[in-house]
Amino acid sequence: MLDWVNTILQGVLLGGLYAMFAAGLSLIFGVMRLVNIAHGDLIVLAAYVALVTTEALGIGPLPAIVVVVPVMALIGYGLQRGLLNFTLGDDILPPLLVTFGLSIIIQNGLLEIFTADSRKLQAGPIEIASIHLPGGIALGTLPVIQFLVAVAVIGALQLLLYRTALGRSFRAVSDDQPVAQLMGINNRHIFALAMAISLAVVAVAGVLLAVRSNFDPAIGPARLIFGFEAVIMGGLASLWGTLAGGILLGVAQTMGARIDPGWQILAGHLVFLLVLAIRPSGMFARPGQ
Amino acid sequence: MSEPVLVVDRLDAFYGDFQALFGVSAELRAGEVLAVIGANGAGKSTLLKTIAGLMPTRADAVRFDGAPIGALAAHKVVARGIALVPEGRRLFPSLSVEENLLVGGQLRRPGAWSLARVYELFPVLAERRHTPATALSGGQQQMVAIGRALMSNPSLLLCDEISLGLAPTIVRDIYACVPRIVGEGTAMVMVEQDIGQALAAAKFVICLQEGRVALTGVAAQVSRADIAAAYFGV
Repeated sequence: MLDWVNTILQGVLLGGLYAMFAAGLSLIFGVMRLVNIAHGDLIVLAAYVALVTTEALGIGPLPAIVVVVPVMALIGYGLQRGLLNFTLGDDILPPLLVTFGLSIIIQNGLLEIFTADSRKLQAGPIEIASIHLPGGIALGTLPVIQFLVAVAVIGALQLLLYRTALGRSFRAVSDDQPVAQLMGINNRHIFALAMAISLAVVAVAGVLLAVRSNFDPAIGPARLIFGFEAVIMGGLASLWGTLAGGILLGVAQTMGARIDPGWQILAGHLVFLLVLAIRPSGMFARPGQ
Repeated sequence: MSEPVLVVDRLDAFYGDFQALFGVSAELRAGEVLAVIGANGAGKSTLLKTIAGLMPTRADAVRFDGAPIGALAAHKVVARGIALVPEGRRLFPSLSVEENLLVGGQLRRPGAWSLARVYELFPVLAERRHTPATALSGGQQQMVAIGRALMSNPSLLLCDEISLGLAPTIVRDIYACVPRIVGEGTAMVMVEQDIGQALAAAKFVICLQEGRVALTGVAAQVSRADIAAAYFGV
């Protein structure tokens, strides 16, 4: 019994990471209806940017976030204004194709520079520290920190969207692009800011991923799938729903792995299919959506 | 006589290969109201969209405060001081009444209009400020759309069929605010189906017919017969 409680808690903590994969994806889709197929590879790119930063500056991975976040945000702004803005229009196919191409370019570029070797960021003694809960359950300090960071990032995004002028512009552009322009909003700039924020979240997620597990240039697409599953299970309308979707996916995966290690990924997909079958618009979709 | 705020000079507009407007010209001074009338498909909304920058045209086909703005994008046109109240209101459904108004004012152009002034003009909006904008009645939504445009403190306000789909008493209420808007020195171009309403509110009138100006005149002086002729081309 205690084992299962432990398993569920580990799943919840893992879910925070998935929710962060999902939050950036969902922001971009919400603001400009762009499905970013390269999202997972951008997470991996952020992990490599963190690797280079830690090696070049001799700092730990958590302080490296301070460097990786602005770098990825700049990449996001440039990517949107220099490339992705040209793909947006009435047809949803061009952005899909272009980000798919981008995904291949990032994967092969990373392979060329960093080889296919698995890498990992070392966070030092904190990696093996743990917090003891009553009842003999021990949680790793690092996963707990990661989960808290995820909750903080999603809370910050929520505040940004609903309490700031920039968030108001995001929602206005999402509702009606031509009329948003009539309000003096430069849609192309807003799209680029949304992508910058999305990749800032990706940067945090990439660093946490790189500390948590091994990574290599090919693992991006699976992170994309986890992100998609968390977004869709939570419902596209709500960031807290995305967190819940991520947690559900994380719990399903750790419970699957508990039954049989080979079932980890499959169990996540099965729960995703189940949610799709029962509530196709997600667990937290508002009525009528 | 003062310089015109807006000069539309032989303006052409196209949807792809289809030409919607042919050499339309008009002028307007501060504090004046121009009514644009005409049958469905005559090009009235196209004219407003082109002035507002939603459709591209020759740069000097639209001059505003003396500067050619025909080739500017919509978000730059509004920064110069032209606001459009779009046909069908087009409020942002996921924003509250107040957020809709604030988005309208996000450029922070200085001028007479503020959140407080808009609420003073339409007191019912103050009561419903936190309601989702599209939960309001049609007339109240139209007030939000007008207020949202005023929030950018325009020197030229373009109104596209603000009486559309509203009950006559509500239309009267909404038109009652026109003198207060032009009283701030704002010029207005209003596209209307309701000719009586348009002629009563406007100083000048132009009638479009299949993309061309069929009639230009002082609103108080044109006769019903002139309008009928210009409307239908008989």
